[in-house]
Amino acid sequence: MPVIAPKRLQRVLILAVALGAICIAVVAAANSPLLAWRDPVYIGAGFAGIIALALLLIQPLLAGGWLPAMQARRGRQVHKWVGVTLLLAVVLHVAGLWITSPPDVVDALLFVSPTPFSVWGVIAMWAVFASACLAIFRRRLRFRTWRLAHTTLAAVIVIGSCVHALRIEGTMETVSKVLLCVLVLGATFAVIADLRGWFAKSAVRSTPH
Amino acid sequence: MTNSHPTRRHLLTVAGAAVVTGASGLLVPARAQAVAPTPTMRGGANNYRPGAPIVDRIGGGGFWMTGTVRRAGDGAPLAERRIQIWAHTTEGHERDAHSHGATLTDANGAFRLEMPQIVPAFGQPHGHLAYDDDAEFQTVFLRPIMPSASDTSLNVDFVLQPV
Repeated sequence: MPVIAPKRLQRVLILAVALGAICIAVVAAANSPLLAWRDPVYIGAGFAGIIALALLLIQPLLAGGWLPAMQARRGRQVHKWVGVTLLLAVVLHVAGLWITSPPDVVDALLFVSPTPFSVWGVIAMWAVFASACLAIFRRRLRFRTWRLAHTTLAAVIVIGSCVHALRIEGTMETVSKVLLCVLVLGATFAVIADLRGWFAKSAVRSTPH
Repeated sequence: MTNSHPTRRHLLTVAGAAVVTGASGLLVPARAQAVAPTPTMRGGANNYRPGAPIVDRIGGGGFWMTGTVRRAGDGAPLAERRIQIWAHTTEGHERDAHSHGATLTDANGAFRLEMPQIVPAFGQPHGHLAYDDDAEFQTVFLRPIMPSASDTSLNVDFVLQPV
């Protein structure tokens, strides 16, 4: 019992910090003066992006079983549905921006945008799409292939999204944005490092086959 | 007739020298180095609306877009040239017709148009300017970024390349 208690407490603390950082970032963005000069579609597109970034903090925590009552199978099940939500948020983000300014989005998608951050966002978007496709065909893949491909794409998504967000001068407030990005990067690479031991164990276990 | 001889010889000498200098490429770099033309920027033409009307002010004003228009090479100021301006401001999106306006340069090739405050949109506080008026100079689309979103003016210089 004394061993389980701190672990559970740690998970509750991790959840509290994650939700706290997300709430602060969303509330700060909701108070941005820029919103007064944007129409609802543009505002919705921006917030879809912020929600997508927030989901990137939840995803590794679910994958690693780091949240309370979300270990192993249950955590992975929720991870899948949060992934679907992330995909929808990315689609809404791009669609809303497209309606607001079609030529700017076309430039970004064709990698000829003058803005240095859009290329990172577009790379992350394609990695999200690739991740979704990979998940659909997961059962046809060897387990280790799936894990390696999915982890690689996750790293691309997280790095791309954070650089994208940090270089934008938009509705997100700077301090809360930096904090959220640091937590997203930290959580992702901590969980990847944590699962590496598990990778090694499964590799050893699979050698006798 | 004897008088015309030195003149013709002189003329031939000067012309010959000019051709040799020009062909050797000595004249052109000297001109290009003087004032190079402004290249069109990436995304400069985004949300462009051809034929924006010449206005005294775009919307309620409060922000100044200023600049100059000169000719490539000799850098001569170009008067009566039409510059079109648009941006995402406190009064509208880039695509809105009322966010667009045009102004003419004065005798010194300078232009100055008051418009609503530019606010950051698509990740950067930026404006759009276009020169696309006639067949005399090549079209140029610019997308300058403001050093700070709180700036209340932006200066943009055009150097136009004769066609």
